[in-house]
Amino acid sequence: MSSVAPADLPVGENLGSIEAAERTEYGTKTARVKKRLTSRTATVIALIIAVLWTIPTFGLLVSSFRPAELIRTTGWWTIFQNPGFTLDNYREVLFSTSSSSPQLGSYIVNSIAIALIATLIPLVFASMAAYAFAWIRFKWVNWLFIFVFALQIIPLQMALVPLLQIFSTWLRPMQAWLHDMVPIIPEQNYLPLWLAHSMFALPLAIFLLHNFIAEIPSDVIEAARVDGATHGQIFFRIVLPLATPALASFAIFQFIWVWNDLLVALIFSGGTQDVAPLTQRLAEMVGTRGQDWQRLTAAAFISIVIPLGVFFGLQRYFVRGLLAGSTKG
Amino acid sequence: MTTADLLGKLLQVVMGLAVFAAVVGLLIFFIDKAPKKGRDYWQLGLFLLPAMLFIAIGLVYPAIRTSLLAFQDSSGDWTLDNFVWTFTQPAAIRTLINTVIWVLLVPTISTAVGLAYAVFIDKSRGEKYYKVILFMPIAISFVGAGVIWSFVYDYNGVGEQIGLLNALVVAAGGEPVQWLQTDPINTFLLIVVMIWIQTGFAMVLLSAAIKGVPTEQIEAAQLDGTNGWQRFMNVTVPGIRGALVVVLTTISIATLKVFDIVRTMTAGNFNTSVIANEMYTQAFRASEVGRGSALALILFVLVLPIVVYNVNVLRKQREIR
Repeated sequence: MSSVAPADLPVGENLGSIEAAERTEYGTKTARVKKRLTSRTATVIALIIAVLWTIPTFGLLVSSFRPAELIRTTGWWTIFQNPGFTLDNYREVLFSTSSSSPQLGSYIVNSIAIALIATLIPLVFASMAAYAFAWIRFKWVNWLFIFVFALQIIPLQMALVPLLQIFSTWLRPMQAWLHDMVPIIPEQNYLPLWLAHSMFALPLAIFLLHNFIAEIPSDVIEAARVDGATHGQIFFRIVLPLATPALASFAIFQFIWVWNDLLVALIFSGGTQDVAPLTQRLAEMVGTRGQDWQRLTAAAFISIVIPLGVFFGLQRYFVRGLLAGSTKG
Repeated sequence: MTTADLLGKLLQVVMGLAVFAAVVGLLIFFIDKAPKKGRDYWQLGLFLLPAMLFIAIGLVYPAIRTSLLAFQDSSGDWTLDNFVWTFTQPAAIRTLINTVIWVLLVPTISTAVGLAYAVFIDKSRGEKYYKVILFMPIAISFVGAGVIWSFVYDYNGVGEQIGLLNALVVAAGGEPVQWLQTDPINTFLLIVVMIWIQTGFAMVLLSAAIKGVPTEQIEAAQLDGTNGWQRFMNVTVPGIRGALVVVLTTISIATLKVFDIVRTMTAGNFNTSVIANEMYTQAFRASEVGRGSALALILFVLVLPIVVYNVNVLRKQREIR
């Protein structure tokens, strides 16, 4: 996997030889011009694609800072003819107390609470399973691993109906009991969402982490075994520290995935502001208040900011994690 | 949100963490205290136990149950009605056709644009920033993307157009269109949103693969007097075949399951519904659990060949090790 990371490429000498080859090939003036033209065309096309990809988001960002009246009557690209800058849209969706637009505050807290725990649980369980698959050798374990990998394709849709039934049979009484014991915790709580997200994430998580953990040199593990270390010690003191990049990349991936999820939330959250995440609220706003662009633009941007922040802050790990095991073969 | 609410939420998270830490601690304790006899079995079992338990409850059992539900009516009698409905009702057939259109267009266009972009920006100045721009939509939720693009497709009955697409149409001298309500163009406009999201993913993976193509091969081709296009088709593309397959399969699976975009932008109305959205509508809105399960099963069957192929690749890999 790491063999494809740009940082590992033997850059120095090779680049020199390419230039030399190009010098021989593009010795004549016309050839040089041609070469520059093709690369220029490529750059222009790339630039056009980049601009096209940015415009929609940019338009939303600009709109979210414009007064409601202007959003409704003029296009955002006329900002210079119709100047207007305001923070009211954000103030309204974040702090307004009118019933027509409940604050997003509690939904933001929900999204964070759901995503944090629903990232942690599969991370720990999957790394334990990945370690067992990679370093405790039995013949049938191979088949079990392939089975778990294959489970990745069970569409969420296949699990929803029965899982909802299981949860209402077994989890609901537990939630009610918890609410009786600690009244401050509402009867509708995060538990179903945490469990559902963790369950759905495991196959991919085990597969990705296994790719990393299996690459740990066996001498290290065997040396520890010879020294009498137990599997528990090896797992915590050797494997987890060595697999930190993989763990980080999966954690980012899962966090963004859970944060952006709508389907699981629609089915397991109950839709109240006790549990529902930001995406669900946003989808509701689109449905019920389709023409309130000033609220929608601001709310959409708030929902985008956190995953984008996670993504930019921890980008390196994220891309590396995506590449895990994919460029082999 | 009151302070009490916030406190309740905080308490839930803290308690969740505490319970989870206790469970993991217990597991590790038992792993290290496993009996001498058959020790490896014990340890293996305990390491695998939580994940396998979750997978069994959350995926294996529900999938089996859904497969059975698909062949039952509401009173639990065995029947094929659900599938008859799926393949004979015009609306349901339209859903299947739409899904096929999605799966044909999204993976191919995303991969093509992503590959072209990756090649064009390779070794150029500011490559990193170019990549970030295209990759950004990956971090945006499908719901967020739906809002962004709804704004682009907006139709304004009176006065100036505020949706970019209609503004362009008007500027070109045309009449504004209600894009999302107009069949069949609306399905294609929704597909654009998915392509917008997935292209960055394709680009990042393919870019890494391109950098893995040995420079010696490129140079050798150069010395043979090939032009750029020939080098790309005969050296680069074969060199990144593995990555191309991964990208195409991943995006295909993601496209088959597409739900949020359709749900947010049209709710499946105006003939835009796809299997995943219809499944949700039938099972959770219309209380037609059988029909929903049938659709879920069809989805599964569609994804199956893609995964069988990947499992074979994986088996070969594990035998090599």
